[in-house]
Amino acid sequence: MSNHEYTPSSKFGKWFNDRLPLLTLANHLTDYPTPKNLNYWWTFGGILTFCLITQIVTGLVLAMHYIAHADMAFSSVEHIMRDVNYGWLLRYVHANGASMFFLAVYIHIFRSLFYGSYKSPREIIWILGIIIYLLMMAAAFMGYVLPWGQMSFWGATVITNLFSAIPLVGESITTWLWGGYSVDNPTLTRFFTLHYLIPFLILGLVVLHIWALHVPGNNNPVGIDIKKPSKDTVPFHPYIVIKDAFALLMFCIVFALFVFYQPNILGHADNYIEADPLVTPAHIVPEWYLLPFYAILRSVPDKLMGVVAMLSAILILAALPWLDTSKVRSAVFRPLFRQFYWILVADVLILGYVGAMPAEGLYLLIARVATAYYFAHFLIILPVLGWKEKTTPLPLSITEPVLGGSPNLAAARSDEKIEKTIK
Amino acid sequence: MRKLKNIFFVLIFSVIVLNSSNSAEKSPPFLETKWTFKGLFGKFDRASLQRGYQVYTEVCASCHSMKYLTYRNLAEKGGPEFSEEEAKAIAASFEVTDGPDSTGEMFVRPAKLSDKFVMPYANEQEAKAANGGAYPPDMSVLVKARKGGADYIYSLLLGYSEPPEGVELDDGVYYNKYMYGNKIKMPAPLSDDLIEYTDGTKATAEQMSKDVTNFLMWSAEPHLEQRHKTGFRVIAYLIILTVLVYFTMKKIWSRVEPKV
Repeated sequence: MSNHEYTPSSKFGKWFNDRLPLLTLANHLTDYPTPKNLNYWWTFGGILTFCLITQIVTGLVLAMHYIAHADMAFSSVEHIMRDVNYGWLLRYVHANGASMFFLAVYIHIFRSLFYGSYKSPREIIWILGIIIYLLMMAAAFMGYVLPWGQMSFWGATVITNLFSAIPLVGESITTWLWGGYSVDNPTLTRFFTLHYLIPFLILGLVVLHIWALHVPGNNNPVGIDIKKPSKDTVPFHPYIVIKDAFALLMFCIVFALFVFYQPNILGHADNYIEADPLVTPAHIVPEWYLLPFYAILRSVPDKLMGVVAMLSAILILAALPWLDTSKVRSAVFRPLFRQFYWILVADVLILGYVGAMPAEGLYLLIARVATAYYFAHFLIILPVLGWKEKTTPLPLSITEPVLGGSPNLAAARSDEKIEKTIK
Repeated sequence: MRKLKNIFFVLIFSVIVLNSSNSAEKSPPFLETKWTFKGLFGKFDRASLQRGYQVYTEVCASCHSMKYLTYRNLAEKGGPEFSEEEAKAIAASFEVTDGPDSTGEMFVRPAKLSDKFVMPYANEQEAKAANGGAYPPDMSVLVKARKGGADYIYSLLLGYSEPPEGVELDDGVYYNKYMYGNKIKMPAPLSDDLIEYTDGTKATAEQMSKDVTNFLMWSAEPHLEQRHKTGFRVIAYLIILTVLVYFTMKKIWSRVEPKV
């Protein structure tokens, strides 16, 4: 979106660029004017791209050794762990990579929620992001089924059974999904195919996500529209590239700690027992990143309504740009919203916690209250806040804060405190 | 301040994540013992692995299979590290059915390094029939398949006792305070001086439990030593690179305000 037309310096470059403007694209990506006050919460976009590529590359190699067959899947995974050169590394990176991917995506989403990045004119970026997130959940779920351990099998059984809640056609749909009358070999092979396909769909959507981002440009911690390019912006390269690289390296250190020193802590021990359709595990729990939705599902007594609630919990996010009626983007200038934001964060964490616990007694009660609050946040609190809330004055630009600068603005900047904490 | 709060929440989040995978049913705390394979540079105790193999083959192997292990693994780096001759001799002491040969007949031959560990029973049904209906689980990845891992296995092996008042046990069922539901169909497998260690170590129940658990940890995670070694290098490399990139970033951003 730079204003000037780019002309390659070499003759060949010009010839090529007139036919396929790749150089113009490269130039756009390097020069792309980025707000200079982006803090470290903005580095997770780059980190997520890294996660996606890591999953695709490790997954590709794993697929060369994995056998998608109910009788052989489990032992082929053990073959990878024991006999394939660095197979243990590939598999642990891939398995923990899924968790890291979700950790990063949750930070990315909650950053968006805090700074109002979903608001006009960025609604399409946001909705594309929600679709990517949905596909990620599908890919992760199917990936967890592939090792064909006990949790794989029973997780697949529980989740596919949800479709049987659909009135009239539910049973037929479930049978169709399974390719039989229970989770079995046909289910495994189709899950494998889809698990291989989805990441490439995600990749395509990520391109659209970034394309849509480059139209209005990045939101920023202050949340105001800025002129691009101006003294409020810096070129993407080298400023943002180096900062993203620094944050990515920090992220990789955490990633490596899991892979090399606690590779199984995020998984479930039962998944090292080969799938047995005759033995049900004591507790069937999904991976940690799906727990909040699992809690919502179980908090509703009726199966169909539970499924509806779980799906709505995700789909409601797509309507967020219109549910949040406030014109001010950043929570920095919304004192009330800021408090409700943190309550929502706590609410989701609580949902995640009770999702891992048996659905009974106090846990069930907490799950119900937390579920109700989750929906209330989006359906009641946000629309009302937009009307009622008194926001604090917005600065005119990033470099020229209103009337000598508000303390809030200082906090909005990537301040030195966080840097020290990270260091 | 708010940034600190953010970090605080991220921390809480990770704590919950880590806890949720650990929170188990109430069972007594596991018996404590020092494992050499834990920690940044954790390695297996080679002698203990070799003794552990002896316990496995003389005691456990009469009921439990270990189908993902191959005899060559016994001589591989990072494992018990028997010499190749020793591993060959171990393999040759087992018989496997091979074939068909050129006349179409199956034949029995001594096992080779490339053979998988010979299983005690032909199939699951036979295993169940011989063990009062309970299937002795395959031990290859057993440590990773149980919550609590090595500590759990070690405690379970030493956790047998008379049932407390009021607990009725059927025939062929034993009381073990670490077992899920406290009832186990495996009789206490180890007792003092059950076997005679070839290296002269006194074969107490604790010693055998520790050795065999070490061995099972290795069988579940044969590349653990390599993982720790590579991990340390990777992380050291990442830290150095991060520091360098940090100063590069500072330099680049010194041209603009606000600073990173």
